[in-house]
Amino acid sequence: MDAEAVIEIRGLTNRFGTTVVHEDLSLDVMRGEVLGVVGASGSGKSVLLRSIVGLQTPSAGQITMLGTDVLGASAADRAAASARTGVMFQDGALFSALTVRENVEAPMRERLAVDAPTRAALADLRISMVGLPPEAGDLYPAELSGGMRKRAGLARALSLDPEILFLDEPTAGLDPIGASAFDALLNSLGEALGLTVFLVTHDLDTLQATCDRIAVLAQRRVLVTGTMAEMREVDDPWVQSYFHGPRAHAALGQEAV
Amino acid sequence: MADAVPSSGLALTGPVTLDTLDQVRALLDRAESTTRVDLSSVTALDTAGAWALLDHRGMHIEAASPAQDLLLRTVEAALPPARTARPRKARHRAGDALAAVGTTVEGFLTTSAQGLGFTGLVMARLTTTLVRPRRLRLTALVHHMQEVGLNAVPIVALMGFLIGVVLAFQGAAQLRQFGAEVFVVDLIAVSILRELGILLTAIIVAGRSASAFTAAIGSMKMREEIDAMRVLGLDPIELLVLPRLLALVILLPVLGLVADLAGLFGGGLMAWIELGISPSQFQTQLLANVGATQALVGLSKAPVFAVIIALVGCHQGFLVKGDAESLGMRTSRAVVIAIFLVIVVDALFSVFFAFWGV
Repeated sequence: MDAEAVIEIRGLTNRFGTTVVHEDLSLDVMRGEVLGVVGASGSGKSVLLRSIVGLQTPSAGQITMLGTDVLGASAADRAAASARTGVMFQDGALFSALTVRENVEAPMRERLAVDAPTRAALADLRISMVGLPPEAGDLYPAELSGGMRKRAGLARALSLDPEILFLDEPTAGLDPIGASAFDALLNSLGEALGLTVFLVTHDLDTLQATCDRIAVLAQRRVLVTGTMAEMREVDDPWVQSYFHGPRAHAALGQEAV
Repeated sequence: MADAVPSSGLALTGPVTLDTLDQVRALLDRAESTTRVDLSSVTALDTAGAWALLDHRGMHIEAASPAQDLLLRTVEAALPPARTARPRKARHRAGDALAAVGTTVEGFLTTSAQGLGFTGLVMARLTTTLVRPRRLRLTALVHHMQEVGLNAVPIVALMGFLIGVVLAFQGAAQLRQFGAEVFVVDLIAVSILRELGILLTAIIVAGRSASAFTAAIGSMKMREEIDAMRVLGLDPIELLVLPRLLALVILLPVLGLVADLAGLFGGGLMAWIELGISPSQFQTQLLANVGATQALVGLSKAPVFAVIIALVGCHQGFLVKGDAESLGMRTSRAVVIAIFLVIVVDALFSVFFAFWGV
C-alpha cells in the first residue's frame, strides 16, 4: 500500500438543527486500502459516507476525493470524480422497475457510448463476478432474496470499474454463510481490481476478515484509527467494550475472558 | 493508442479500459493473423478491458503485470458460462391485439370480483365495529375527517362558487332571448343542488382523497407495515379502511352542502350583476319554485359516492406490490376508477329518481 490519500477529509462539521453529528472531523483514506468505519448507532457513519459522495452538504469543512474538492468543484468535475466511485447502499437500492441486468447496465448507459450487446455482456460479467447465477440477470429486485439484492447492488456499484467503493452495511441482514461469502468476495475483488474500499459496518467478522485499517467514530469525530490489533489496545470505554465484547472474541477466534 | 507489430504479435499501449473498449476490440478484430497480445506497455487495465481481451478466444496474453494477471484470472473465472443466445423479445403477431383485448377484459373482471370481495370484507368489519363501537379508532377518524373534509373546504367552495357564476352567466345569455331572465334562479338552483354540486364535489374528493388513500396504504404495504399489523393481530381493514370510509361518509354530504351554498352564492351574485335580480328577488324565486327536495335529492347521493371513493382508494392501496412503479400505477388507477364509478352511479341515480318521480 502506498501512502497516497484518495480521500482527505478536513474539519468536517455536520449539523442538523441543534444536533451536531460531526465536529471538526478529519480522516484520510489511502489508495488500495480497505477502511472499516465503526461507531455506535447514530454516531454519523452513514452521514459521513453521504457527505463524501455528495448526498449531504456539510455545514463546514473540506473533502477532497481523487484530487477533486468535492464541495467546491463544478458540477462537471464532481460528476467526473463520482464516475470513478461506486456506492452500494444498505439494501442495494436497486431500481425496482428494472431487471438486475438493466440495473447493472444503468451507470454505463448514463455515461458511456457502449453498444447494447457489449453493455449486456459486461453487465453479465459483473453479475457473475459478484457470485450471482446467470439467470439472476433477468429477475426484478422484488424477486431477489436479501443477500442477492446486496450482491446485485455491489454489481451495480462495480459497473464502471470504480477506484473507490463505498459500502454501507454490506453484510447486515445476511446469514453468517452469506456474510462470510460476501467478505471473501470483497477481498478477492478488492485485490483483483485494486479497489479502495470505504466500508461502514457493524459486523466484527467483516472488520476482521476484510479491513486493513479501522476508524472509530465517536464523540463527533474520528476517535482513533488503526488495525484490529491496535484497536484492542485503545484506552477508551466504548472502543474497549466494542473490541473486547463477547462478539469481538468470537470474531477474533478467542475465548471470552 | 495502440499499434500492431505483426511479427511479435499485437502490442497494446495506453489504457485498455471501458472508455477505449471499441478501439481495443477493433484492433483485436483486425489482428486476425496473430495469436499473441503483449500488455507490457498497457498503462491501465480494467474489467471491461480484460473482458475484451479474454472475449477474443485463442488470444495468448503476454507480459501482463502481476496485478493485471490477477485481474485477468478473476475475470476469466467469472466469465458467464457458454454464451447462450438470450431469448429475444417475442415478435408481434396477428393475434396479439385480440389477446390484448382478452387480457384487458379478464383483468377488468378479476378486478371487479376482487373489488366486490373487498367491499364485502369491509362491510363485515363495519358491522362488527357498529355492534361494538368501542373498537372504532376515534383519533384516526377525526384525523381523516380533518384531512378529507375540513382541508377540502376551500377548494370545494371555490369550485361551487365558480360553477354558480358560470351557470348564471351562460343561463342569462340564453334566457334573456325569451325575456325569462328570472328563471335563471331555477336553472342555477336545480342544476347545482340536484346534480352539479355533489357530482363535482365527489370528483374533486376522488382526485384528492382516493389517491391519498392509495398512496398511504400502498407505501405501508411496500414497507411491510400491513404484514406487521397482521402478525400483531391488528386488523388492517379496521385500522386503515374504516376510519377513512367513515370520515368520507360523514363529511362528503357536508362538502356537498358547502358546494351547494357556494354555488347559490356565486349564481346569485352573477344574476344580480348581470341581470339585476336582487338578492331578495332571488330568495323569493328560490323558495317559491325550488323546494328543499332538490337539495335533499342531491345530498342523498353523497354517502354512496363517499363509499365508492373510500373503497376504491383503499382497495387499490392494498393491491400495491413491491416496486415503486406499481404504487404510481395503482394511485392513478384509483382516481380513474373512483371518478368513473361515481359518474356511473350518478347516472343510475338519475334513472332511479326519474322512475320514482322525485
